[in-house]
Amino acid sequence: MSLLLIVILPFLGALLPAVLIRSGRGMAAAGAGLATAAALAGVLAHLPRVFAGEAVVARLDWLPALGLSASFRLDGLAALFAILILGIGLLILFYARYYLAKADPAGRFFTYLMLFQGAMLGIVLSDNILLLLIFWELTSLSSFLLIGYWSHRPDARAGAVMALVVTATGGLVMIAGMLVLGGIAGSYEISQIVKAGPAIRDSGLYPLALGLILLGAFTKSAQFPFHFWLPRAMAAPTPVSAYLHSATMVKAGVFLLARLWPALSGTPEWFYVVTTVGLVTMLWGASVALFRTDLKALLAYSTVSHLGLIVMLLGFGSKAAALAAVFHVLNHASFKAALFLSAGIIEHETGTRDIDRLGGLRRLMPLTFALATLAALSMAGVPLLNGFLSKEMMLEEAAHTTYLGGVWVLAALTTLGALISAGYSFRLIVLTFLGQEREDYPTKPHDPAIGLWLAPALLVAVVVVVGLFPALARPLVAAAAGAVVGADMSGVVLKIWHGLTPALAMSAIALAGGALLLTQARRLQWAGVALARLSAPAVYAAIMTGAEAGARRLSAALHDGAMARSLAALVLVALAAGGWAFASAGLGPETRAMLPVPPVVAVGWLALIVASLWLPFLHRDRLLALVLIGIIGLMVSIGFIYLSAPDLALTQITVEVVTVVLMLLALNFLPKQSIAEPFALRARDAGLASAAGLGVGALIYALMRRDFAAPTISAYHVENAYSGGGGTNIVNVILVDFRGYDTFGEIIVLGIAALVIFALADVMLRRPALRRLIAWTPDQPRAGDAHPLMLVVTTRLVLPVALMVGVYIFLRGHNAPGGGFVAGLVVSIALVMQYMASGLAWAEARLRFDYHALIGAGVLIAGLTGIGAWFAGRPFLTSAFGYVTLPPLEKFELATAMAFDLGVFLTVVGAVMLALASLSRLSHRAHHDERKRGETG
Amino acid sequence: MEALVASAVAVMTAAGVYLILRRQTFPVVLGTAMLSYAVNVFLFATGRLVVNLPPVLADTATGYTDPLPQALVLTAIVISFGMTAVVVLMALGAFIASGNDDIDLGEGRE
Repeated sequence: MSLLLIVILPFLGALLPAVLIRSGRGMAAAGAGLATAAALAGVLAHLPRVFAGEAVVARLDWLPALGLSASFRLDGLAALFAILILGIGLLILFYARYYLAKADPAGRFFTYLMLFQGAMLGIVLSDNILLLLIFWELTSLSSFLLIGYWSHRPDARAGAVMALVVTATGGLVMIAGMLVLGGIAGSYEISQIVKAGPAIRDSGLYPLALGLILLGAFTKSAQFPFHFWLPRAMAAPTPVSAYLHSATMVKAGVFLLARLWPALSGTPEWFYVVTTVGLVTMLWGASVALFRTDLKALLAYSTVSHLGLIVMLLGFGSKAAALAAVFHVLNHASFKAALFLSAGIIEHETGTRDIDRLGGLRRLMPLTFALATLAALSMAGVPLLNGFLSKEMMLEEAAHTTYLGGVWVLAALTTLGALISAGYSFRLIVLTFLGQEREDYPTKPHDPAIGLWLAPALLVAVVVVVGLFPALARPLVAAAAGAVVGADMSGVVLKIWHGLTPALAMSAIALAGGALLLTQARRLQWAGVALARLSAPAVYAAIMTGAEAGARRLSAALHDGAMARSLAALVLVALAAGGWAFASAGLGPETRAMLPVPPVVAVGWLALIVASLWLPFLHRDRLLALVLIGIIGLMVSIGFIYLSAPDLALTQITVEVVTVVLMLLALNFLPKQSIAEPFALRARDAGLASAAGLGVGALIYALMRRDFAAPTISAYHVENAYSGGGGTNIVNVILVDFRGYDTFGEIIVLGIAALVIFALADVMLRRPALRRLIAWTPDQPRAGDAHPLMLVVTTRLVLPVALMVGVYIFLRGHNAPGGGFVAGLVVSIALVMQYMASGLAWAEARLRFDYHALIGAGVLIAGLTGIGAWFAGRPFLTSAFGYVTLPPLEKFELATAMAFDLGVFLTVVGAVMLALASLSRLSHRAHHDERKRGETG
Repeated sequence: MEALVASAVAVMTAAGVYLILRRQTFPVVLGTAMLSYAVNVFLFATGRLVVNLPPVLADTATGYTDPLPQALVLTAIVISFGMTAVVVLMALGAFIASGNDDIDLGEGRE
């Protein structure tokens, strides 16, 4: 199976639960499980090659110029993690199916879980660090969704936000580190970076890259002092805690350290930073775990501690330590997931997970007791279980590593860590299961059905089998360790008995000390209180409060609800940017002579200038302002005609008409006068407006007096309009052919705008707006005759002519000024005239188009025309044309572009009519009720 | 001619900016309409001004004006109608809902 398919499978699986949840949560879980199992089978099928030391690769170039490609690589390390992710994922899906309560939205849960699974699988299989970063952030996001799954609980929301803030911030920092690393290595492919190890370590940027990358890894893997988010993440449903926050996601940081181990490790910086952080985390997490009474919190802190252990091992920098680290990843995942799932069972069956309220469950839940005890003993490092093996290897390495000038420092501290670890493991067993049975469990406990115990049982089976026969795990662990250190490790032996070594003595001390610690727990209570006080994430809270207050202050300063202020700021910034550009770069010489000005044009210009200058002074009289706008629009259209733009002139003048009609309809309701504003304000705005006008005018003047700095692409369009597009009107050919895709998008936008208008008007026709609409009384005297006979007769006579003109403009559009846009507007005006002259009721009774359908038909026709090109084997919207002779007519040209233009035409008619008709319906409704009121009152 | 077009753009921009800085909806709508004119003419003029050379292929033509800005402006004119219509409806809805056509929220008014 291709790696690409393996990576995609969980994401496809994420879609299944959403669809299948209607058939029940069993089906949804089965769908997700099927995708997971298929991906797992794909990975397992590659194992023989991986064990042979090969790597399976798959590659898809994405943005090769940026060094970004979807390249995946399955080697030993990736295989170990992929098996953990998919294997435990399968168990978790099965367990969650029975764990979730009836009220929980299970489909969403499985979708989030599969999303996470895909992201995590992406991390471990990526061979490109940029791609890895994308999956990395995706795991943070899906973890956020899963922690906040019970979104009605405040602790779930807070925990989700905290986890996201810490891990995503770390991820952002790591992006910078990865870019630096890629810059040093000259490649973003991990397989290349790993080979460039010596060059990277010698680079002056090495400390920077190392620091940034470590921050990302440490936040993700909950290393001290960033560990505090992990216990809060326990607000998630228990399957999530088992899966994300112990077995897989928190190991992403560990994975990354292992992945980049050949490139980054081996320097004093690496050794001291990574080892120390790991060591402190191990001791800290273990100490806090010792005093927790919430089962999940205890397990969370123990997870922190064990992650610290693995990080420390990677810090040592020796091959044997890397082997121990990889082995412990496998062992920890199995026993810790089993423990979390057992904790879930206990909470499910007893109604609490507080060990002070438990105890004596040994006889009531014998199966759970057996499973949890085996897993906890493995965590404690008891022989014949898998936790013992890797802990023994860790102690052996620690005893031979010089730290702070001596070998005994690490030996002592790691033994202490193992001792406390044994202590909390024993405490968990004793306080939960041993002791007297109680009378006051919240609910009567008993062992669960197979749905809940099967998953932990299988995990415990791994714990025991690997513990008894470590050689079974050897190929996988050796291949993974080999991939980490970049050497053949297939010669390693994993065994229980190494002889009488220092590590054996340290192990014995740890187990005995752990048992002693358990008996002394009451006397050490003061230490627990002190630790609890220290571990409060006060710094995080302070940072968050500060950031929140700062953000609120900033947005309040920028956005205080005064729109004029925001717009003024916008204009000011634009002015400043323009002014800076003007000042910092010189202007070339003027290369174009001015065109002469005929007197008629000067008159038109004068009309435009006077109207525009007058508008700001007169605008408070809104009807008059509308008249001035009409004059300006007319002058602009005439200007277009004079300056060789007949298409623009036609469009401008028709749009002008419908815009004015629209505004008049709105003014029917709105006040006819604007309120006066203080002089100072007006003066300020006038100053700003004048500056903006001067700037824009100067810019366009400078442009027009100079030729193009570089040849433009216009010549191409002129040359190919006829030969390629089959039309002589170049503007129309650009619209329907060269840039047909843009036009297609535009008519869709226009259609959406019309639908928005319809929806807005529809809202106003409902309560409570409707009541206000009906209560509205006209503030202007009404005309005596709403539908004057002259107007009615004229518009009805003109209608067929206007429609004919529309058809004419449409048909000639490809070769002469005109086309779908203009024709649509002309036809709309002809129809709107009927509304205006004869009234809405009369017009609607006769115009039986559904404007929505018209818009839809227009977009559909345009789209189908484009698709038609596919059947000729050409790209979307490639046009074709030919010449046709129909008997009564002359030979004429038929281009597919005409069909496209028909789509444009229909959409424009539909959109304009829908907009205007929506507004008319408002007036009609208000007037109708007004008349009724007149009759009754 | 260039000076006339430039001054027209300048005056229309100034009027448009002044109007969008008003505190009531209708002048702001008028202002956006004015700014649309100004921007459309601006875009059109970036193709440089030419008289009597429409972009329609003909055997007798001695040259053609730049068709590309015209195509851009044509769609811009149509879209600006759609935008104006939406804004007008929003203004109307706000007026019917609140009883006045002030544009600012209650707090922070100058």
